[in-house]
Amino acid sequence: MTSTTSPLTAEQLSATTLLRFATAGSVDDGKSTLVGRLLHDSKSVLTDQLEAVERASLGRGQEAPDLALLTDGLRAEREQGITIDVAYRYFATARRRFILADTPGHVQYTRNMVTGASTAELAVVLVDARNGVVEQTRRHAAVAALLRVPHVVLAVNKMDLVDYAEPVFAAIAEEFTAYAASLGVPDITAIPISALAGDNVVEPSANMDWYGGPTVLEHLETVPVSHDLAGCPPRFPVQYVIRPQTAEHPDYRGYAGQIASGLLRVGEPVTVLPSGRTTTISGIDLLGQSVDTAWAPQSVTVLLADDLDVSRGDLIAPTATAPAVTQDVTATVCHLHERPLRVGERVLLKHATRTVKAIVKALPYRIDLSAGLAHENAPAALEVNDIGAVVLRTAEPLPMDAYADSRLTGSFLLIDPADGTTLTAGMAGEAFAEKIPAADAAADDEGWDF
Amino acid sequence: MTRTVAHSGTTDSPYALSHLDALESEAVHIFREVAGEFERPVILFSGGKDSILMLHLALKAFAPAAVPFSLLHVDTGHNFPEVLEFRDRTVAEHSLRLHVAHVQDYIDDGRLRERPDGTRNPLQTVPLTDAIQQLRFDAVFGGGRRDEEKARAKERVFSLRDEFSQWDPRRQRPELWQLYNGRHAPGEHVRVFPLSNWTELDVWQYIARERIALPDIYFAHEREVFSRSGMWLTPGEWGGPKDGEPVETRTVRYRTVGDMSCTGAVDSDATTLEAVITEIAASRLTERGATRADDKLSEAAMEDRKREGYF
Repeated sequence: MTSTTSPLTAEQLSATTLLRFATAGSVDDGKSTLVGRLLHDSKSVLTDQLEAVERASLGRGQEAPDLALLTDGLRAEREQGITIDVAYRYFATARRRFILADTPGHVQYTRNMVTGASTAELAVVLVDARNGVVEQTRRHAAVAALLRVPHVVLAVNKMDLVDYAEPVFAAIAEEFTAYAASLGVPDITAIPISALAGDNVVEPSANMDWYGGPTVLEHLETVPVSHDLAGCPPRFPVQYVIRPQTAEHPDYRGYAGQIASGLLRVGEPVTVLPSGRTTTISGIDLLGQSVDTAWAPQSVTVLLADDLDVSRGDLIAPTATAPAVTQDVTATVCHLHERPLRVGERVLLKHATRTVKAIVKALPYRIDLSAGLAHENAPAALEVNDIGAVVLRTAEPLPMDAYADSRLTGSFLLIDPADGTTLTAGMAGEAFAEKIPAADAAADDEGWDF
Repeated sequence: MTRTVAHSGTTDSPYALSHLDALESEAVHIFREVAGEFERPVILFSGGKDSILMLHLALKAFAPAAVPFSLLHVDTGHNFPEVLEFRDRTVAEHSLRLHVAHVQDYIDDGRLRERPDGTRNPLQTVPLTDAIQQLRFDAVFGGGRRDEEKARAKERVFSLRDEFSQWDPRRQRPELWQLYNGRHAPGEHVRVFPLSNWTELDVWQYIARERIALPDIYFAHEREVFSRSGMWLTPGEWGGPKDGEPVETRTVRYRTVGDMSCTGAVDSDATTLEAVITEIAASRLTERGATRADDKLSEAAMEDRKREGYF
């Protein structure tokens, strides 16, 4: 085995944290080039992968290796030269490991970007410096805001084609920042780059000495990955009950799950929902090791002081900050499937570890994510890629948080009960952190006057 | 410059998990979801490092109770003896139940035919899918990782297979947050990949951190090998070497463990976990590129096999 790069030390390798991020960009704004450069310059593209791309490129008569072949993995994608679906890519530096949700910029963008953004802590929105903020850019910003991605990077690409001019960058950055901030995006960083030439992607650019901020990679390496736990109410969805019933552990009854938000402590008074019974946490096992505290997103086993009836689907929360339970859910959704969603439809709703029957009571409005977030009131149906509001009635009460407070206990899926198809992704509560700025044109048409 | 709504400081909070802890927590969550939602799950277990890692995570996920899954191995008949021995030892140690489907049985009674190149990896698909149907497994854990291969990069954590066990990449369910949809009709099953987000290096670092035992062939040792298509293969009854393929003794180790006919060794003097990690961190070849002949059969070899029901 040949060795050309200097290996990382064992300490460097194990002390790193993990950042999940998503990229969004339309077809020609250079997203593949940016992804390719991040992978290539972080030495995550290995020789045999590059050789395979060269072989395939030559095989179809291209002279230079087509780096898009690195990311387009499926036969149909290569044949048609398109990206079908979200792909996950992995790369690492000495400081951090990265999971990149690479979302294609094609027609199915909304659903794919929503999918990629659902697990992302950061989204990179690409803009072509020559075109500035366009409708697609606003759509990407809106999806990032809707999914409550904590950090957004605006990468103003192709700076080489505008003579690396600071005013061009400043104008785009200002326009984007104003828009994204109005949607409630909490942290926005604008970086002028040329993915093709390599300016400010991994290495600082010599062509833009007016820019004093981080490169894209430097920002990815240093952005904080965990959020203020004190501000998040603790939530523990019960996944599975562990009862060994062995001679060694005759009475062990543990509630296994992954902490969705906040921090749990031994001795804390808790409520089990939806039953509402109360007890205290008598112990926490962190995968075989007894601990006093545990926090999101650790997978643990919680032991309770009293022998309550607790099973998969229940939610354990501190009594002081337990969520209300409800059978009436109002949510913003992204419809994912070609089969439309209509009022009156009976669906399954999967929330945390519980799946219940639900009925679609109303579709109050549909949002156009471009420009002004215009509403269409009471649409006949939500079609694939549509973002809209849904009112649901569930067969059983659910302890659902607002998505703004918890991305895991505020989110849900709607599933077709007939064949199990995933239909819709839901986020409980208000769509955007700030009130939607646009006037409600459709309501005006109907003569409402308040 | 234009950092408008700037955050302060760049250090992670004391509550940030290390990347290994984050991956471990996610994998444990996936194991428990399957235990909570399915009737008859099974772990595909070959005695290779990824399946050993899966079993280790499952043991942690359900401790102090036993792992609520049985194991399934598709035996190509061309396995490394030390790996089979390790497999059986592990099964006995944890009092697990192991099902074995034998490719050789299918060749003996004519249901499958030996390929001219002697490679049996593609022949595993039929015994695998037969075993899933006959034993009525509804969830099958595989150790596949998205970093291994570009068709695998498109794989979901929960991947629905129809009654023919087929994978259709264009009809996959979108996967959001940690909400895995395991709904399936009778006869269908779900392939589950708890290691989806791990890389080869993550696997080795975690094995080192947890001191997980592995078969010896993962570490450098002297071995008789011969060269074919740029790979060091072990001589054996599977059909190698042929004339003009001289056998020599080299110091090698394996990065993957599979069918002997298509799994190559790499030159290495890494005899410890630490040395293996250093070697992989510096390697300019992927695991499969370095050691798997079957993936080189065509540009879409893995995708085509996966469509038919291969893992």
